[in-house]
Amino acid sequence: MLADIRRFFAERSVLEVETPLLSHGIGTDPQLEFFTTEYRLPPLQQTLFLQTSPEFAMKRLLAAGSGSIYQICKAFRNGESGRFHNPEFTMLEWYRVGFKLPQLMDEVADLIGGVFNGHRSLQTTQRFSYQEIFLSFTGLDPLAFSYQDYCAFALDNQLPEAVDICGHDHAIWLDFIFSHKVQPHLGENTLCMVYGYPACQSSLARINEHNSLVTDRVELFINGIELGNGFYELADAQEQVRRFDEELSIREQRKLPVTVKDRHLIAALESGLPECSGIAIGLDRLLMLLSDSPAIDDVLGFPIDRA
Amino acid sequence: MASYSTNEFKAGLKVMLDNDPCAIIENEFVKPGKGQAFNRVKIRNLKTGRVIERTFKSGESLEGADVVDVDMQYLYSDGQFRHFMVPDTFEQYQCDEKVVGDAGKWLKDQDSCTVTLWNDSPLAISPANFVELAIIETDPGVRGDTSGGGGKPATLETGAVVRVPLFVQQGEVIKVDTRTGEYVSRVKE
Repeated sequence: MLADIRRFFAERSVLEVETPLLSHGIGTDPQLEFFTTEYRLPPLQQTLFLQTSPEFAMKRLLAAGSGSIYQICKAFRNGESGRFHNPEFTMLEWYRVGFKLPQLMDEVADLIGGVFNGHRSLQTTQRFSYQEIFLSFTGLDPLAFSYQDYCAFALDNQLPEAVDICGHDHAIWLDFIFSHKVQPHLGENTLCMVYGYPACQSSLARINEHNSLVTDRVELFINGIELGNGFYELADAQEQVRRFDEELSIREQRKLPVTVKDRHLIAALESGLPECSGIAIGLDRLLMLLSDSPAIDDVLGFPIDRA
Repeated sequence: MASYSTNEFKAGLKVMLDNDPCAIIENEFVKPGKGQAFNRVKIRNLKTGRVIERTFKSGESLEGADVVDVDMQYLYSDGQFRHFMVPDTFEQYQCDEKVVGDAGKWLKDQDSCTVTLWNDSPLAISPANFVELAIIETDPGVRGDTSGGGGKPATLETGAVVRVPLFVQQGEVIKVDTRTGEYVSRVKE
């Protein structure tokens, strides 16, 4: 699988890079927990973070004029362990300079098709907007939050606990309903790409230029398994700072470990990130699908319990 | 009692949910890459036996339930209550028919069974997987009958009715699988 991926990018002249796993900064996403470690070089003592994804460092390379790049590396997410999660996992992340989201989605379809070729045949790739797929499975509009309608849906679907868990938080409602009622049906024996996520789930994506309610973000699914997440990358340093601050204040409210804004990333964005789109794919999960394995532990040499 | 976080939910763990003691059957970590983490948990209510699915926000916790399984000997029924005894300590427990439920039809005096105690009072009774009981009533077999064919109903000494092969006679002792309620074999006295 790794050889196939490297050949794919070599043929397209995308440069393979390596960036630090251990870094002074870390993403501020309140949904991601990170590992910290102490760097000691007396008298210097500094807290460093194991990266939850190589995104920031790769964007610095892009801003420095690297052109299109890809990387296969380890990523670390604290507290994530389960049938589809291991706190240390392997990620493929790539950025295409000059690509908008639809072009990147074409490339993803080519890559996945190529990797599966000879192992398993997939049906034709599907593409849906988030709004269209959410509506068709639930009858709810994901872009317009109606507390009453969402609660009624939860009660009708034997998920009454959702009312307490989600409260009036639109984003958590979307996560809850999407992961319970939509995602399990996506991409049956095919690659399914869902794009146009609601603006409240924008993460590091740009807001769509024609519709400010949606964001240029895409997620990949095969057999109900989330495989990857891509963006038409946000290049506006000020907007990035605003989102960092917003996420930091959420972290503070939820009493999560504090993080610092990655000043190098902000400096890189200020100096100018080229127009680009990027995506990250979980390779362990891809291997699960290729080998028809029911759990991530089946494709890891030493899962966390035995690491 | 200690409380347990969603990360500690393992099959078999006994917790309190909606004021009832429950056992965890399955726990799946559900987390969108960029979203809220949940735990989708399959759980059995030990009072009703019903299995439900419930989602928790990851990191939430539930109170543990003081539930233990104890091997006991069934003593007798006084009409209202069934009485059980722990063989080692001679400690006795009584338990009404509602708690005994379906298990009642397999309980013969002196037989051993498993009693599930919640806060030291009986919550459920499980009979041994195989019990040996005498047939008190069944139609007489007709000559030429073999083990094949449809079988016939037989009433056992505890009141249970099971289907037995046609050659099995009234008064004989048979072995029954209590999980399926099916006849296994005759028992030689």
